[in-house]
Amino acid sequence: MSRSHLAPPTCPDTAALAAGIREQVLQMARGPEGAHVGGALSSADILACLYGGILRVDPRAPAAPDRDRFVLSKGHAAVGLYAVLALRGFFPVAELAGFGRDGSRLTGHPPWELPGVDFATGSLGHGLAVGLGFALAAQRAGTDQRTVVLLGDGEQQEGSVWEAAAAAGRMATPGLLAITDCNGLQINGTVPDGDADRVAARWAACGWRTEIVDGHDHAALLPALRGPDAGPRAVVARTVKGKGVRFMQGQARSHHVRLTEALHSRALRQLTADR
Amino acid sequence: MSDAPSQKDAHIAALGAVMADRDDVWCLDSDVGGYRTTLGGRFPDRYRDFGIAEATMIGAAGGLAATGQMPFAHSLAGFAAVRAFEQLKLDVVAPGLPVRVVATHSGLSAGHYGSSHHVCEDVAALRALPGLTVLTPADAVSTGLLVAALADHPGPAYLRLGRKAVPPVYPPDAVLRIGEAVRLAPGDDVTVLASGPVPVQVALAAHRALAADGVGAGVLDVHTVAPLDTAAVIDAARRSRLLVTVEDHSTVGGLGSAVAETVAELAPCRVVRAGVASPPAGGVGGHEELLSRVGVSAASLAATIRGTLARH
Repeated sequence: MSRSHLAPPTCPDTAALAAGIREQVLQMARGPEGAHVGGALSSADILACLYGGILRVDPRAPAAPDRDRFVLSKGHAAVGLYAVLALRGFFPVAELAGFGRDGSRLTGHPPWELPGVDFATGSLGHGLAVGLGFALAAQRAGTDQRTVVLLGDGEQQEGSVWEAAAAAGRMATPGLLAITDCNGLQINGTVPDGDADRVAARWAACGWRTEIVDGHDHAALLPALRGPDAGPRAVVARTVKGKGVRFMQGQARSHHVRLTEALHSRALRQLTADR
Repeated sequence: MSDAPSQKDAHIAALGAVMADRDDVWCLDSDVGGYRTTLGGRFPDRYRDFGIAEATMIGAAGGLAATGQMPFAHSLAGFAAVRAFEQLKLDVVAPGLPVRVVATHSGLSAGHYGSSHHVCEDVAALRALPGLTVLTPADAVSTGLLVAALADHPGPAYLRLGRKAVPPVYPPDAVLRIGEAVRLAPGDDVTVLASGPVPVQVALAAHRALAADGVGAGVLDVHTVAPLDTAAVIDAARRSRLLVTVEDHSTVGGLGSAVAETVAELAPCRVVRAGVASPPAGGVGGHEELLSRVGVSAASLAATIRGTLARH
């Protein structure tokens, strides 16, 4: 097996990176269209750990052929991805101010045009099959490249997720990691069957090695997300929608928010106070 | 024509040659039979069976192609083009990835299988996806030639095949180019533009019947429906009093619509569309029988042409 020439990042402070992601997410939610804040905040720690300590990617060579791949299957959490990509140097942080504004390449869901986006997403239930394709290519090439797919728990109501999960389980595809951002909430309320144990049981039933972790505890997340993976592996991350902003936490209505100046200031104060 | 190869047989032979020649070409299967025992046996590291999971196969094909590979993804037309339409749209065509979707059982070719397996809206849907090449070869030879050509063709493609063996149209040494319609029979009173095996046979038979009456009915095999060979269509419109399209597909959105759109904008000419305007009634029928019930037969076509020319 050949090794990627890239090394995993060694961000000394993934907690600071996560805080930076959250600040930028709130900033983008001040824009004209608002943003999908709740699910971006629930996945901020996962993204910080992936881009701070796991994924072998290079902001100076975002299309390096032997990089690890990341697919944000819950594409509506785009602002979280944009924040971490900008903070890690894939494009200038200043560009985040354009989110949702005419002419910006920062659309509401990840576009093809953005450095660091390995596959455009937004329609739920597509990312796992795409990730399986990435993993099959790496398997056949005999490289140790990894593919990481981040899904929502609500997203797993899409049947295509389980088509792909079952196919990957049958194929025993190595190097494929599926993370569930299990925040338990969707637009209309609680995710039915969104309990982490039940979500994990479904992945296990499809033949995936499965574990449940605290999705906000970096000391638990980092080892759980580390490879290599001999076969398909699922990490179900227990998270809190809107994590970090007390008036959004655990609130379904934090799913998509436009922040006024006053609300933004309040959210930012809570974020800082709770660090 | 039971001794003739089916389009699928020809495709498997041609894809086998492509895979032997090219290390980046894959065969993806969705439990449709015929591929596992042939290409799967020859190229096990580039063959994957996703099971009865067409959307997953198309999405994974997008992922594979995004890494620089060229997957041929196999299913039946209804499942590949209609069920997995969104995966095709978002994960293959939007990024312009070189995935080749190969679909058998198109149009009414599934015959007695019934309406769940009749697929007469795929070309209409897929023609609306910019940059997707849509191929409808008329026989086994042209299927093989187009598969070979796809190995060097940029962007995504959909290869629309039938189910059973079909009569030969082309000699083995024929030359076909993606995007170029082929004139199969001369005649300038009317030009018949046909796509797919039965439509081309119907058009050629109508040509012979009309020739006996002194009516010159030229026949074009429009094996590439998208992008349409607009030069050939405009040329036909300028030479003929009437254009007639014949397809094993809805009269809405397929070849007939493509031709009508083109001449309406660029070379106004009367167009009559033959195709599956509505599902065939009458229960079980074979491919040709079902098409004849909706007016796609040599006799019906010749009568339409005689009547239309007489009125105009």
